[in-house]
Amino acid sequence: MKKLKVFSAPYLVWMIVFILVPLLMVAYFAFTTDSGKFTIKNISNVGQYANIFVRSIWLALVATVVCLLLAYPVAYLLSRMEKHKQGTMLLIVMLPMWMNFLLRTYAWMTLLGNNGVINHVLGIFGLGPYKLINTSGAVVLGMVYNYLPFMILPLYSVMEKIDKSVIEAASDLGCNSASIMWRVIVPLSLPGITSGITMVFVPAISTFIISRMLGGGSNLLIGDLIEMQFLGNAYNPQLGAAISLVLMVIILVIMTVMNQFSPDDQVLI
Amino acid sequence: MDNIVSLKNIVVEFEDGDQILKNISLDIKDKEFVTFLGPSGCGKTTTLRIIAGFLEPTSGDVLFEGQRINDVPPHKRNVNTVFQRYALFPHLNVYENIAFGLRVKKLPEKEILHRVGEMLEMVNLKGFEKRTVNRLSGGQQQRVAIARALVNHPKVLLLDEPLGALDLKLRKEMQVELRKIQQALELTFVYVTHDQEEALTMSDTVVVMNNGVIQQIGSPIDIYNEPVNAFVADFIGESNIVNGCMPRDCLVEFTGRQFECVDKGFDPDETVDVVIRPEDVKIIPAESAKLTGIVESVVFKGVHYEMVVDGVDHKWIIHSTKAEPVGAMIGMTFDPYDIHIMKKVQEG
Repeated sequence: MKKLKVFSAPYLVWMIVFILVPLLMVAYFAFTTDSGKFTIKNISNVGQYANIFVRSIWLALVATVVCLLLAYPVAYLLSRMEKHKQGTMLLIVMLPMWMNFLLRTYAWMTLLGNNGVINHVLGIFGLGPYKLINTSGAVVLGMVYNYLPFMILPLYSVMEKIDKSVIEAASDLGCNSASIMWRVIVPLSLPGITSGITMVFVPAISTFIISRMLGGGSNLLIGDLIEMQFLGNAYNPQLGAAISLVLMVIILVIMTVMNQFSPDDQVLI
Repeated sequence: MDNIVSLKNIVVEFEDGDQILKNISLDIKDKEFVTFLGPSGCGKTTTLRIIAGFLEPTSGDVLFEGQRINDVPPHKRNVNTVFQRYALFPHLNVYENIAFGLRVKKLPEKEILHRVGEMLEMVNLKGFEKRTVNRLSGGQQQRVAIARALVNHPKVLLLDEPLGALDLKLRKEMQVELRKIQQALELTFVYVTHDQEEALTMSDTVVVMNNGVIQQIGSPIDIYNEPVNAFVADFIGESNIVNGCMPRDCLVEFTGRQFECVDKGFDPDETVDVVIRPEDVKIIPAESAKLTGIVESVVFKGVHYEMVVDGVDHKWIIHSTKAEPVGAMIGMTFDPYDIHIMKKVQEG
C-alpha cells in the first residue's frame, strides 16, 4: 500500500495548485482593499445583495426538488429493469449530456421565445402567446433540464445495489408496493438522495449562464453577480471574492445539515 | 391431518419454452416438516417461490387450505419465507427487522414489544436488539431471519436453503434447533435443501426432485431404504449402481453373476438398475466368493473405512469398520434384501 501512495502525488499537486491556492486567493481578496490593506467592508457589502442570495437559493431549491421528483421514479424503474435493458436506458438518460451545455440552453431559448416553437404550436390552437422566456420558471426549467442526469445517476447506482430478495422479503412480510417503496426503497436509497441533491443543488445555486440566457435581466442570480464583479462593468474583484466566500459558507452549512440525514458511514463531505 | 398446501399439475415455463417444473403435484399436510431435496436447478426453489407467491405458475393450481391462491399476491398470503441469503433489512436494527411485519400490520406498540421479545428469546438473541444486522455473524443473521418470519405467526414457514452459508458445526446445531422450533410451535415447515443428510435428519416427508420432476415422496426412512429409481438411490447417500437384468422373479444377474434378491414383477430378462448401499456389501474370503475384486484404495472416514474395490465390470464402494490392505483380493457378497432392483429411468 505504501508504495502506491506515490501515485497520488500528481493529484496532491493538482489539489494544491488548483484548489487550495485559489481558495486562499479568494479569501485574501475578500478581506483586503485594492491597495492590499485588511478590511471587512467587502464582506459587509455582501448584505446589500441579500435578495439575490434568497432568489438563488429558492430557485436552486425548487430545481432540486423538481429533479428529485422526476428522477426518483425513473431511477427506480431503471434499477428494476433487466440488466441488458438498463445499459440502453442509461445511455438515453445520458444522451443530452453529450451535447454542449451552451447549445442545449440555446435550444431552450428558441423553444421558449415569444415567437418560439412552443408559442407557435400553441398559436395554431388559438392559445397564447404566453410569456415563457425571461421568467424564473424558465430558469428552473433550464436547471432541471441540465442537472437531471446528475440526480438520476446517483439514485440509480444506489437503487441498483438494493438486493432483490430484500424487496421480496418486504412483500413476504405484508408490504404492498406502496409500503415497500416507503419502508424499504426510500430508506435504502437515502445515500443516493443526498448525493443527488448535492450534485444538483450546488451547481444550480452558482449557475450564471442559465439565468442569463433564460431569465433575462430580471432574474439575476449569485453566479451572475459574481461574474459581473470579475468580467462585467461593475468590476470589483474584492467584492466578487467576498460574495464567493459567503456562498461557499452557505453551501457548506447546507451540506452539513444534509449530512445529518445521511447514514453515519456515508458522509458526503 | 388435513392438507394445508396443495400443488396441482404445476408447470413453469420460461419464455424460450424451457420447462423448469414439469407437472408437479403435491400435498403438504398441516404441521408437517416437508423437505424439497434435489441438485441445483432441479426446481425445488421454484416450487417454494410458487407457494410464497413470488412466481406465478404457467399452468396448474396452488391451493391453500383448499382455496385457490394463484392470484393472491405474496403480501396477502399466510406464509412467510426465510431467504437463502437472509435478506435482512440493512437499514434496520435487529429489533426493527423482527418487528417489520408487525409494524406493517400496524399492531399496537405493546404487542409488538411482547411478540418481538418472545422471538428474541426463542432464537437466543436477547440483548442484541439494538445491533445493526451487518455486524452480526452468519448464524445470528440466520436467527434474525427466522424470528422475523415466525413473529407473524404464519401457518406455513418456507425456508430456502437457510443453512447453506453456515459452517458444518453451526449447521448441525441449527438443524436441531429448527426442528425443535417446528415441533414446539406446531407449524408447517417447507424446507429446501440440496443436502441429503439435512433432509433425512429434519423432515417428516422428503420430496426428491430432479429436472423439474418429483422423483419420490416419502419418509426419510422410505426414501433411504426404498429408493424408487437409481437417481434417488444415488442422490440419497452413496450407492453402487450397476446394470443388471432379471431372468426371473427373485433372481438378478449383474457383472455376469446371478444373485438371489427379493424383488419381483419385472418382465423376464428386463434390464434394470441394481442398487447396493456401500455399507451392505459384505467382505468374505475370496476363495468362497462369487464376486471378487482387488482393493484399490482405503480412506479412513471416522466411523468407517471407505474402500474402492475393482471388481470385474464395476468399481465397488464399500463401507466397513475393518480395513483391507490395498492390493488384496477380496470376495464380496450381499444379502438378498440388500439388493435393490429398480426400473431404468426414462430419460427426459
